[in-house]
Parts: sequence; structure tokens; C-alpha cells
Amino acid sequence: MNLLTSWLFDPTNWSGPTGVPARLLEHLWYTALALAIAIVIGFPLGALVGHTKRGGFVLVGAANVLRALPTVGVLTLVVLLAGIGLVPPIAALTLLAIPPIMAGAYAGIGAVEPVVVDAARGVGMREREVLFQVEIPNAMPLIFGGVRSAALQVVATATIAAYVGLGGLGRYVFDGLALHDYPQMAGGAILVAVLAVLVELVLTGVQRLVVSPGLRPVRTSGGIQR
Amino acid sequence: MTWVFDHLGLLGDLTVTHVYLSVLPVLLGLVIAVPLGWAASRWRPARAVLLTVSGLLYTIPSLALIVILPALISTKTLDPVNVIITLTVYTIALLVRSIADALSSVPPTVVAAATAIGYRPFKRFVGVEFPLAVPVVVAGLRVAMVSNISLVSVGALIGIAGYGQLFTNGFQLQFVTEIVTGIVATLLLALVADLLLQLIGRLVTPWTRVGR
Repeated sequence: MNLLTSWLFDPTNWSGPTGVPARLLEHLWYTALALAIAIVIGFPLGALVGHTKRGGFVLVGAANVLRALPTVGVLTLVVLLAGIGLVPPIAALTLLAIPPIMAGAYAGIGAVEPVVVDAARGVGMREREVLFQVEIPNAMPLIFGGVRSAALQVVATATIAAYVGLGGLGRYVFDGLALHDYPQMAGGAILVAVLAVLVELVLTGVQRLVVSPGLRPVRTSGGIQR
Repeated sequence: MTWVFDHLGLLGDLTVTHVYLSVLPVLLGLVIAVPLGWAASRWRPARAVLLTVSGLLYTIPSLALIVILPALISTKTLDPVNVIITLTVYTIALLVRSIADALSSVPPTVVAAATAIGYRPFKRFVGVEFPLAVPVVVAGLRVAMVSNISLVSVGALIGIAGYGQLFTNGFQLQFVTEIVTGIVATLLLALVADLLLQLIGRLVTPWTRVGR
């Protein structure tokens, strides 16, 4: 086990501009930036298609193609086209995050009970109000599920930003590989794994806050019903 | 395109490696996930434990697991076995939940009817309950397959063979064609694998099309 912990618990690796806290902040910065851009692009598209019920086929097809797109290929391609910098990893990570966010918004809003939507229209709500006050709140479990799954994938994959010269926790994995320093590689990998688990826990907590209590899964004798 | 035709041999080799590294874990994962999913559908404590553990395993990034495994099981750092084990773990984590849910959703009347006409538990599982769960299992396999195909490419960053090598090599040589070839090859492989799984899913469940 010393192979896994000797680098990780060495205090000299925990300070300065190449120390763990600095790399962790870089990692979170890439994650947050890519996730924010992906939400701005993916959510309105998914919500629009879910609300109008038009173009679902095209949207699902596009999401599937994007899902199959190899992130490392996109990353290296954008580096060759646009040069080293923040753009290539953010572009690659954004493309990774768009499909789950888009699919979550589409599936969530598309699956809101038609009776509920009709009732909202019946009491005189405008289309905007139907979308923002009825469909989006009701679809929140699936919308947030999409964002959560995107966040996890991005936090895991932000590791590869270091391959094209940027920072983040991946720095330790690739520097360790180049230096044949396995404890450093393993230390970086463990940090990424712990970060992913923490992000998952935090998002599970946030989900409880943003999803209306009326939409929580109900426990019945047959297990958890959705 | 000239580059592609000049390197068909290389592309063939990489395809074989890529397919091997992504398909074998799906098969291994399926074989292991079926009994686990069955246990999770039968006993509530097993369900709680298995679903929590698989949720946690699924959260751990694949690149991290590929790097950590050698220290845990004393393999070599660049051994493809690390990739196979990692992707098998993901496939299991993904399938256990869907198999458990699918088996739980087999109508109790169907199970009772099978028991009544003399099926013993094991034969009933193989002949009645599992076949009814196949559509859900196939859906899970499709997700696992596509995600494995893209994860094998990530392994190239730490020296694992497969289409990912086209990315690392093209990047080092600043050669766009090679990278684009890798992207197209990955997309095609994912598409073919997905179509094949759908086809197999249809072939093994002829009853779902009766009366259409």
C-alpha cells in the first residue's frame, strides 16, 4: 500500500503552485466552466424539444452521436486546430457534458403528465409560465439527474486536460507517468477518485434541496417506486 | 484519405485490440452481473449492499482505477489486464441495477404460473424470469458497450493500445488526419456494436414481436 500513499501523504506535495490545493482548484475550475457552458447550450435545447414535443428524434440521435464521440480525440484535434490553451479541454469537456444534460431536460419535460400541463393551460397560464412554473419544477428529478451525471463525467475526465499541458489533478498522473514515478501517478488517481465521490455526495445533497418534496420517490413494499 | 489506405494494416490491428479490450469486459461483466442482479432482486439486504457498492464503483473515474489497480493486485502498470478489469467493474456496476430491477418487475403471476406447471427455481430463472428481463439487460449492455468503447481510447493517454493511439500519435506529430481517422473509427465501431446488440436483442426475444 506504500506505493499508493507515499506520495499522497508527503506534506511537501500539499503546498505551492504545484501543490494539491492549487491543482484541485484548477480541476474544479475546468469542471465548473465546462459544466456551465454545457448547461447554457444543452438545457434550452432539451427543454424546447421537451416542451414542444417536436424534434425529439433528431435530439436523441444527436445526443447519441455526441455520447459516442471520443473525448481524447476531440481534445487532441482542437489542440491542433486552435493551439494549446484553455479552449481545447473546455471544448472537449463541454461536448462530453451536453448529451446527459440535454437528454435529462428533454426526457424530464417530455414526461410531465399531460393532464398537469393541460390543467396549467386551463387555468390560464401562458406557455412561458407553463414551462417555468409547471414543467421545469415537475421535471426537476430528471433534469438534475442529467446535470449530476454530466458533472461526474466531467470531473473524472478533466484529468485529461493535463495531457495537453494544462493543470488540474491529472498533472500528477501524467507527470508521474513521464518520470516513472508510480506513487505520484497513484496519488493523483486517488485524489481524482475521492473528488468524484465527494462531488457525487454534494450533488445528492443539492438534489434534495432543488427537487420539490412532492416528487421524492415513495417507498412502498415493492421497493422504491418512481 | 491516402494516409488511411496506406495504414489499413495498422487500423486493422488497432480495431482488433480496441474490440477485444471493450467487448471482453462486457461479456465478463454480464456473466458476473446476472447472479448478483438475481441476488439483489431476491433479498432486500443484498439489494441495498450491491446497489450501494455498484453506485460507488461507478463513481470512481476509469482512468483513476486503471492507474490504481496495479498497486492493489500487483499487475504491471501498462498491462491491458488493468483495462479489462476496470471496464468489467463498470459493466457490472451498470448492469446489476438494471438486472435487479428487471427481475423484480417480472409479474408475480407469471412466476406463480411457471411454478405451478412444474418449473424448479433454477430452470424457472433460466427459462422464464431471465428471458423476460432480456430487453432491459440489452438496454444496459448497449450503454456499457458504447461507454467502454470510448473509455478504451482514454487508456491510450497512459499507453494502452487501441484507437486512442491514433489520438496520442497524431497529437505528437501534429497530424490532423490521423486524429480524425481515430474519431471516425470510434464512432463507426460504436455504431456497429450498438446495431449488433440491438439485433441480438431482437433475435433472442422473438415473443416481443408476436401479434404485430
